[in-house]
Amino acid sequence: MSNTIGQVGPEQRVHTLPRPRKPRLSQWIAIWKKHKHSYILIMPFFLIFGLFTVLPVLMSMLISFTYFNMLEFPKFIGWQNYTRLFLDDDIFLIALKNTILFAVITGPVSYFACFFFAWIINEFSPRVRAFLTLVFYAPSISGNIYFIWNLIFSGDRYGFVNGFLIKVGILLEPIQWLKEEQWIMPVLILVQLWLSLGTGFLAFIAGLQTVDRTLYEAGAVDGVRNRWQELWYITLPSMRPQLMFGAVIQITTSFAVADVSIYLAGFPSVNYAGHTIVTHLIDFGTIRFEMGYASALATILFIMMLGTNLIVQKWLRKVGD
Amino acid sequence: MFSFLGMMGAFMALPLVFAINAAFKPLDEIFLFPPRVFVRKPTLNNFVDLFTLMSNSWVPFSRYIFNTVFVTLMGIIGHVLIASAAAYPLSKHRFPGREVLFTSVVLALMFSPHVTQIPNYMIMSWIGFIDTYWALIVPAFAFPLGLYLMKQFMEQIPDAILEAAKIDGASEYRIFWTVVMPNVKPAWLTLIILLFQLLWGNHGEGFIYSEQLKSLHYALEQIIFGGFARHGVAAAVALAMMTPPILFFIFAQSRIIETMAASGMKD
Repeated sequence: MSNTIGQVGPEQRVHTLPRPRKPRLSQWIAIWKKHKHSYILIMPFFLIFGLFTVLPVLMSMLISFTYFNMLEFPKFIGWQNYTRLFLDDDIFLIALKNTILFAVITGPVSYFACFFFAWIINEFSPRVRAFLTLVFYAPSISGNIYFIWNLIFSGDRYGFVNGFLIKVGILLEPIQWLKEEQWIMPVLILVQLWLSLGTGFLAFIAGLQTVDRTLYEAGAVDGVRNRWQELWYITLPSMRPQLMFGAVIQITTSFAVADVSIYLAGFPSVNYAGHTIVTHLIDFGTIRFEMGYASALATILFIMMLGTNLIVQKWLRKVGD
Repeated sequence: MFSFLGMMGAFMALPLVFAINAAFKPLDEIFLFPPRVFVRKPTLNNFVDLFTLMSNSWVPFSRYIFNTVFVTLMGIIGHVLIASAAAYPLSKHRFPGREVLFTSVVLALMFSPHVTQIPNYMIMSWIGFIDTYWALIVPAFAFPLGLYLMKQFMEQIPDAILEAAKIDGASEYRIFWTVVMPNVKPAWLTLIILLFQLLWGNHGEGFIYSEQLKSLHYALEQIIFGGFARHGVAAAVALAMMTPPILFFIFAQSRIIETMAASGMKD
């Protein structure tokens, strides 16, 4: 019967809580006096952040309820952009499918790869570690890298992949990797994975440096038997803040894949096979001048990331239990 | 294990290998078909051409370099100071509004920057930032990324250290500067790496129109667009643009590792 008691408890507490009243001016002043230093320290950041980030985002959300061609004043049209997205835009549905595919595959794989490589690299001596970090971070630091993949997946027999497969005897004819619908997504996902050791990876490298060394000694005394137990019971829980940061970064990048698709598969790609929500958004925002519609796309994408983030953060709280 | 790491490493290092080799290829090797990875007769011609083109530019080339270095430096210094200062109370103090403010920073990371460009332009022109350095520098002070990164690292600092400093009579500002910041050195070194990359590669597009305020990246791109015969120069440009962030990366990464081996956070 202990179950029912446990369930009733919190509800009762909710009822007995006094209703929070709106603080009066004098109370505001009291709050300010008590936390003056905190507010002074955060103020410069949040003033600039509010002006150059929050305000533009709110304005975009408002614009998503309008028809706005960037020449005339925006015209309010209610939910029309949103209904058009889901009911009248077949290409959006393709983009939605591809975006989810990218997120489901590259998101988790990249995240684990970031941690795994950071963890392995951390075992080496400092000099080797700095060198290996550079090597693995190379795709993220070296600017325009897509032309390499154009050489590798070039559609003629001189492309490295075609050349190799023909030589080995698997293929007789070269495959148009970036022009045939069934190959575009697999190739793009591969390249996106190759790009995945970015911001999250660096945060993990730095995070591993801050784990308290004495915890490992204490763990050995408490009966941690192998490296995996050490990882699960000591390293991961100590790094929880970095793990959460990495997850948010991974969500924002894997849902917003666009450059890879534009540079490798073209814009638009053959039959929209590599189209994503962000390429769709760029199409409407910069080519068709339909800013209201593009803003609606951005809002939908935002809601998708938000939902995923809530779920992932809930999982991450369980790490190391 | 080691062979796996080696193979993955070779695969990841591809862009560096390509870029270095391409920059030293003579023109005939660049258009060789089928393409080769490694250069056979290395030459410095591409760099010589690049310098000739640079000396021909209308605005002295040093001006473009100054612009980029100035924006990058100011952006980094301002961002690290302002974002860290805000991250400290958010991670260690309890005050009304804390949750809302922090959540807004995380949410801001998720909104696609492509659609905020127009509202952004409008705000810039209201406050008169268009065609000044400020349009590039001031927004960089409050990128959400840095605050989030710093806050996550500061959460790991044991409260006991802060309490001890407070009992010794240190003010909040002093604690921030002499206790908190040294303890999160890996975090701000990482943040500087990320910012350097971001600001170094900026074009200033949309906000900067005067030729003498334009960035190095923009000026070098104009050289590349000069035609087909500039392919060799383009490769030299790519390598030249890539080098400062990489050198800085190596410097900062080795510092991250050094410091923590020495200090280590303890209660």
